[in-house]
Amino acid sequence: MRWCHWVNFPILTIMIWSGMLIYWANDEYSITIFGHKFVQFFPDWYYKLLHIPQRLAEGMAFHFLFMWFFTLNGIFYILYTIISGEWRELVPQKRSFKEAWLVLLHDLHIRKMAPPQNKYNAAQRIAYTAIIVMGMGSVITGLAIYKPVQFYYLTWICGGYHFARIIHFALTLGYVFFFVIHVVQVILAGWNNFRSVISGFEVVNEEPKTVLKDE
Amino acid sequence: MSNRAPKKTRKELSVDQKISRRNFISFTVFGALGLSAYGGWRWLYNSPMEPNGGITGDTRVPLRRALNKTELAFRRVFSNNHLVKTYPKEMAAKYVRHNTDIGSKSKLDAAAWRLQVRKISGEIMAISIDEIKALPKFDIVYDFKCVEGWDQIQHWGGLRFVDFVKHFGLEAESRLEYVGMETPDKEYYVGLDMPSAMHPQTVLAYEMNGMPLPVKHGAPLRLIIPVKYGIKNLKRIGSITFSNHRPHDYWAEQGYDYYSGL
Repeated sequence: MRWCHWVNFPILTIMIWSGMLIYWANDEYSITIFGHKFVQFFPDWYYKLLHIPQRLAEGMAFHFLFMWFFTLNGIFYILYTIISGEWRELVPQKRSFKEAWLVLLHDLHIRKMAPPQNKYNAAQRIAYTAIIVMGMGSVITGLAIYKPVQFYYLTWICGGYHFARIIHFALTLGYVFFFVIHVVQVILAGWNNFRSVISGFEVVNEEPKTVLKDE
Repeated sequence: MSNRAPKKTRKELSVDQKISRRNFISFTVFGALGLSAYGGWRWLYNSPMEPNGGITGDTRVPLRRALNKTELAFRRVFSNNHLVKTYPKEMAAKYVRHNTDIGSKSKLDAAAWRLQVRKISGEIMAISIDEIKALPKFDIVYDFKCVEGWDQIQHWGGLRFVDFVKHFGLEAESRLEYVGMETPDKEYYVGLDMPSAMHPQTVLAYEMNGMPLPVKHGAPLRLIIPVKYGIKNLKRIGSITFSNHRPHDYWAEQGYDYYSGL
């Protein structure tokens, strides 16, 4: 599971970067409410900073290579969590949605007590499951806009080519939002927690692992 | 008692040592893998460009190989039964988007225009636009898609390529692997795999929105191929050739996927 996490990190970075190289060629998305444009994706200074302009073909080539790795890693992760039974720690339970609210209040220092948890708390369960669902969404909407004629049924499910492309873009914004919260949480959780995400790599059911866990 | 105590401390120490050793190994492996991943990325990012003068160009060799392999994988799902979604005529755009004039900048001599088709025998057929217009017309209203990312519902009318092949006796040619099309001035050219060209929705179009094709949209005859991105939809077709080798392709020489299929 940790392997998948760390493999995904560079792949997703490359997918987002190459996606921006593609998006630049027709950057028409913005958040406009009642005629007022709040955000335009993206301003010129942003493109210049990241050397994005005029690289559509390159972006497509990278995007259509790393899509394979992104998808395979995702399939592997899902199969692994199902077979190992770790999904039980990850999938939200009935009470998770109520508890997640309490976790949020606790994390924002509004409430003193956090609800009891296993490996992951309720908010984590929701977030970590949502990100997998989003990943599947990216693959499905991606296929829907990559081969809209051959996978016409996927394109139809996604509300047509045009809309599928907007979902595909919005999901990417979702990743960035997730990433920001995720990193803040990791910093707040501290070194021990971070260390376990890395050292978990190598531990093969040895006793020291339990000691680590107790920390 | 005195016997046990040192044993105990030794044991605890060894657990601590095990933890730190395990951490050390983990972080070393993590760092090494991270570095090699970065190295792999640098290798890919700086890998050599394709040599000049090839059918495809302007992209890095491994990326081109990946594009070609990906095409082979997705070709397995290609089918003539997979049709592009069509719309009612009313939904077609009145102002049809126009992106480029490459290959159709010069003045068109409509009266002198002939579609030149090179047969396997070497014979070159010269077909007039009236001969094409006399054949059954096929109308299609579909969502035209550009690699840039925009799409627009457009209405085109013309002769299906598959009917064109049948009528002009090009069956033998259609058993070859590729079709090449060029503008009369040879400035713009595309290569198409035969299955895509023979797809039942591929049209040699001479009408747009029910009217004769405007010059800037490719008069007198242009290609409309809904199973490909816009870059393959050649305007002002001058010549058509058939081959088992990939014909040259304007955008494939500039880093784009040769096939660009949808």
